[in-house]
Amino acid sequence: MALIRWTERPDWYSPGTEFQRRQRDMERLFSSFAGRGASPFRSDVFPHVNVSEDADNLHVRTELPGMLPEEIDISVEGDTVTLRGERKLHVVENVNYHRREREAGRFRRIFTLPTRVNADAVTALFKDGVLKITLPKAEEAKPKQIQIKSA
Amino acid sequence: MTDKDLQAREKVEVKTEAESTRNVPVYVPAVDIYESQDALVVVADMPGVGPDSVSIDVHDNTLTLRGTVTLEETKERVHVQEFGVGDYSRQFTLGRTIDQSKIEAAMKNGVLTLTLPKSDISKPRKIAVKAA
Repeated sequence: MALIRWTERPDWYSPGTEFQRRQRDMERLFSSFAGRGASPFRSDVFPHVNVSEDADNLHVRTELPGMLPEEIDISVEGDTVTLRGERKLHVVENVNYHRREREAGRFRRIFTLPTRVNADAVTALFKDGVLKITLPKAEEAKPKQIQIKSA
Repeated sequence: MTDKDLQAREKVEVKTEAESTRNVPVYVPAVDIYESQDALVVVADMPGVGPDSVSIDVHDNTLTLRGTVTLEETKERVHVQEFGVGDYSRQFTLGRTIDQSKIEAAMKNGVLTLTLPKSDISKPRKIAVKAA
């Protein structure tokens, strides 16, 4: 597990919250056995991320619907990625709201990658509300084919 | 402006009796719905859904939204999966009569904005009473 939680809730130690947290963790654990979808190892910090790798790159994907590329700040330092931004929602005046489920607010997520990357060659693409960051692995982290010599 | 910090929310899968034919999870999109003087507006978060992959249907006062994601074929090895990728679907019963010919839909950055103009019938009308 390379992803680490960068912050805990400030009221982490209060018994009620701790109990609720454990209960939620258990529910997650069981729901992940029952169905497909995301793994139980996840964070409460916004946004949720999916991390995968192929031979040359690490890929980080996250869902930020309604945001604009210029509102998202990505920085890579060593093997640490920071995602920062603020989701603003257009609130219409003088109308009658029936439902308000979409949320606005600031976010900051910091996580550690499983391998070192070449920070200068990182690219990011934002399409249909999904951010995809491609991080080329550092040379020393790429798989190497070893030739076997016959004696 | 907001000074609130966003909390990550888990995507909720749709629970229906009829299964989807596509073997992908189907999630409930978060929506805002507001009513102005002449229209009902639905704003839905559907990240990963392109403008050509949304279907909107109004039938017998039931509004159905559906968004389909294009799944990438990859050979990537997954390290962490915190969110699931899948389609979106949600139905609403409309209390108002909608002018179906004037429904407008816009899809931008994974957000669907649907404007459903109320039809003239549902706007209050004054009935003149004739003297016999």
